[in-house]
Parts: sequence; C-alpha cells; structure tokens
Amino acid sequence: MEIGAYSFGDTQLNEDGTPRSTAEAIGNLHRAIIHADQVGLDYFAVGEHHTVSMPASSPGTIIAAAAAATKNIILGSGASIIGTDDPVRVFQQFAIADAISGGGRVEITAGRGSSVETFPLFGYDLQDYDHLYAEKLDLLMTINNSPSEAVTWSGTVRSALDDLAVVPRPVRGTLPIWLATGGNASSSVRAGQLGLPISYGIIGGEPRRFAPLADLYRRAAAQAGQTGDSIKVAVASLGLVAPTKQEAMDRFYPGWHNLTLEMGRLRGWAPQDRRVFESQTGEHGGFYVGDPDEIADRFVALQAHMGHMRHFLQTDIGGLPQEHLLESITLLATEVKPRVQRLLEKK
Amino acid sequence: MVHTIGILGVGRVGSAIARTAVSAGFVVNVAGSGSAEDIQLLVDVVVPGAHAMSAADVVASADLVIVAIPLHKYRSIPQRLLTGKLVVDTMNYWPPIDGVLEDFEQQTTSSEVVRDHFTGAEIVKTLNHIGYHDLEIGARPAGAPGRRALGIAGDSLAGVAAVADVIERFGFDPVATGPLRSGALLQPGATDLRRPPYRRATP
Repeated sequence: MEIGAYSFGDTQLNEDGTPRSTAEAIGNLHRAIIHADQVGLDYFAVGEHHTVSMPASSPGTIIAAAAAATKNIILGSGASIIGTDDPVRVFQQFAIADAISGGGRVEITAGRGSSVETFPLFGYDLQDYDHLYAEKLDLLMTINNSPSEAVTWSGTVRSALDDLAVVPRPVRGTLPIWLATGGNASSSVRAGQLGLPISYGIIGGEPRRFAPLADLYRRAAAQAGQTGDSIKVAVASLGLVAPTKQEAMDRFYPGWHNLTLEMGRLRGWAPQDRRVFESQTGEHGGFYVGDPDEIADRFVALQAHMGHMRHFLQTDIGGLPQEHLLESITLLATEVKPRVQRLLEKK
Repeated sequence: MVHTIGILGVGRVGSAIARTAVSAGFVVNVAGSGSAEDIQLLVDVVVPGAHAMSAADVVASADLVIVAIPLHKYRSIPQRLLTGKLVVDTMNYWPPIDGVLEDFEQQTTSSEVVRDHFTGAEIVKTLNHIGYHDLEIGARPAGAPGRRALGIAGDSLAGVAAVADVIERFGFDPVATGPLRSGALLQPGATDLRRPPYRRATP
C-alpha cells in the first residue's frame, strides 16, 4: 500500500488567534512536500481551496514547483476543482509539472468540490455544478487520451476545440487521472463506467461504511467492460501520526477544533467538543490520529474493506504547527509504511 | 399506517434514508432522475433490500413519499405527480451551498414554497435537520436513553401522526412542532429548538 499526505495549505495563527500570512502557508507546504520526498513518503496531493485558512488555490502551480524540488514522490492534485476551471489549462499545468518531474510522477485528481468558493470566484452558477463537472471531466479525458497534441472536442460549457494543439504532452503519453468523491454513490458509478481510478475522501463517519461504494465502483467498472490497472481505489482521511497516541491527540485537536468552528460558522453547525473528536479517533473512526502501530493497524484493517492501494492523510488543519506536520510525515514514511508492509505480507 | 415508502433521490441523503427505512422494515422503492435501469446497480449495492423504480412508479406505489433531492432541482418533479400523496420534504435552502434561489428568497419557509408548488400534496417537514450519516449512526430503539429527537412540522394532524410513526420506527423520538410554518424552527439558521413545551408526537 502506498502511504501519503495531502494538504490544502494551512495558514498559521498568531498567539492571539489572528491569521498569519497565506504566503507563509504556501512556503510551509512547499517545504513539507520536499521533506516528504526526502523521508521517502510515496505520495503528496495538494488543493484546491480558496480561503484565508486554506490557501492552496492553484494545485498545478504548487505541484510544478514540487516537481522541480523532489526526486521520487508521486505528486497530484487533491482535488482539482475542474467544474470551475478550464480543463485545457489544468491539463497544461500538470503536463508541464510532469515534464519538470522527469516524467511519470504527476497525476491529476478531478473533483466536483465540496466547498463552493470557486463558483462566485470564477463566475459560475452553482446550479450548473453537476453539468459543468461532467462536461469538463469529459474534455479533460479527451485531451489526456488524445494520441497527439491535436485535440477535437465540442460541448456546451466552453468553445469547441477543432483540431487544436494542447501542449505539452505528458512524458509517458498520458497522465493518471483520478476521480475524487466524497460519498455520493453515483460518483462511484461514474468513475467505474469511465474506467478511472477513484479516490474516496472520507472525512467523517466510519470509513468501513464506504466499502459498498468501492464495491459499487468495481461492479460498475466490470459492467462497463473497464478493466486493468486503472481500476483501483485510494482513500484520503484526516489524521496525524506522533510517537504516542496522547501526543497525536493533543497535537491534532486544537487545529481540528478551529476548523470546525470556521466550518460551523459557514454551514450552521454547532461547535463540536473533544468528545466528538475522540469518538472519531477510535478503531473504526474516521480520524487516523495515533502512534505508528495504531495507524498501520487501522490502515490494514480498512484495506480488508476497501481494497485500496493508497492511503493518504491530511494533517495540517486549523493552524497546526509546522513541526507536527513534518514529524507526522516522517513517521508515516519511516514507521507506518514498513509496519503496513509487514502486516500485509502476513496476510 | 405507512407500509411502503417511496424515496425520490438516491444521493447521500436519499440513500441513507432508504437504508434506514429498509432496516426499519418498510417496503422501500427509490428513484433517481432517470430510469430504474440507471440506478439498478447503485441500489443493489448501496441500498440492498430497496427496489429501483421510475419516479412515477415510486410515487404511485408509496404510502409516504420522501423527497431527498437538491432543493434547486425541486421543479424536476412534475407538479402534479405528488397530488393526493403524503410527502416528507427533507430539503433545505442554504444559499452558500445552493446559490441564491429566487423562489425561496421570501419570508415563508422552504417547505411552504414546496407545498404551494405541488398542488394537492400533503407536505410534512422532517429529516432535514439531521446529517445523513448521523441518521444511520443515531438510530436507537424506542426508550433507549439519549435517543435523538427529530422535529415534524405539518398542517395535517393525520399526516403528522403518520410521519411521526415512521420517525419512531426509523429510531428517533418524533416531536411535533406545529403547522408547516413552524418548520422555521428546523431550518438552517434557526437558533432555538429548546423552546418548551415540546411533547412527543406519539404517546
């Protein structure tokens, strides 16, 4: 199983709770990706959010910079909000990052987006949410699958491409394109029918409850005649690894609490307390907060349900101190991964 | 007594409600925006025990219809389809997520707008104020300590009573809040659900 991390950028907080600069957050993220590559983490995904607290607004840019500064780590978006972007631009950015990386280390994950900041920002109507996503995903795939630079496509959400060059081409011909989903069952069907690998963002509730969705995905793929290496599952979760469970809980909780306050203000939730948090950090919970043994056990336990080949954690939320992020990344790569390998070999 | 529940919408909310209803022993029929074939695999895998149908067939066969589609798609349901049916409206108006919808930019509650649109339907507001995975995790048998309550707003006493019985069987304490307009208490932004006295809607 590949082990990774993802981030939307995490603006730090001053002692008085006021936010520090978003530029500093981007610098921190860039350095965290370099660190991840150095310690041997398999994968790092970035974006896409457009808020003061989560400022990784351009995954393509950050991935390209990371591609230049790393050697081995697989880099991807997590996710690119393609409904409100131009698929031609998204593809170009990631193909350029791929070229800079030396080839074969860059992936695109296409998402509809769970937050809707991009709609007013880029001038789109929320009621077109589904339609924009479906058509733009189709265009993105058309460009990716094009045997040459010349692309032909027509639809309703942007002007047609009539044998136009979209450059550069990826080093290996195509890029892996994943479909991100938060749990809507029809997204699993869509990914299976399109033959795309699927990434489940499980940010709450019991992850094993997503097993029927992974099953639905594989059955939809089989039904549509989609087979092969592209039929695979990844899981994205919230979490943090520390030397002990208690340290992990104490490090992660303040940032989580800040985030729920912010999201609560936006979406009308009541503030959630430590008991809610703790209930999610147990064996079957959604938060992978603990020591390396526990996290490895839980990754492997979930694998029996989801059959996933990659599990990646978002750790830097709500102003997490950078050193806790870096240590979590180190432990994921150097302690969790070998434990996961050993546990899987025993099976 | 409600035996057969018909659910319009198989997104995260509709499928969670459908699974809850199957667990509670109801006959459950579900429809998406297209044909039964479009959602057959989805229903087989994520709502085992429910039956995929067209929207028209779901409504025709239902003792209780539950509408669980995004609010901005409410007009995709033919206006007369719900005439004569008892209908639970689970939809919420939340502009930061749905965008501004002119139909709902008024003083009345979203369910009253829905009621006024679907002529002849008996609209009851409930299930809109519980998260879809809380619905499955929070279900408890009657009398369980700390069992969660759900509010029910509706103009028809018989309709409210029938829905209250369904909520009870789903695993939650039903609490009638009053006529449909009292559903303002259950909408996003309502701040005080703990105004006494509330009694259980069923003894």
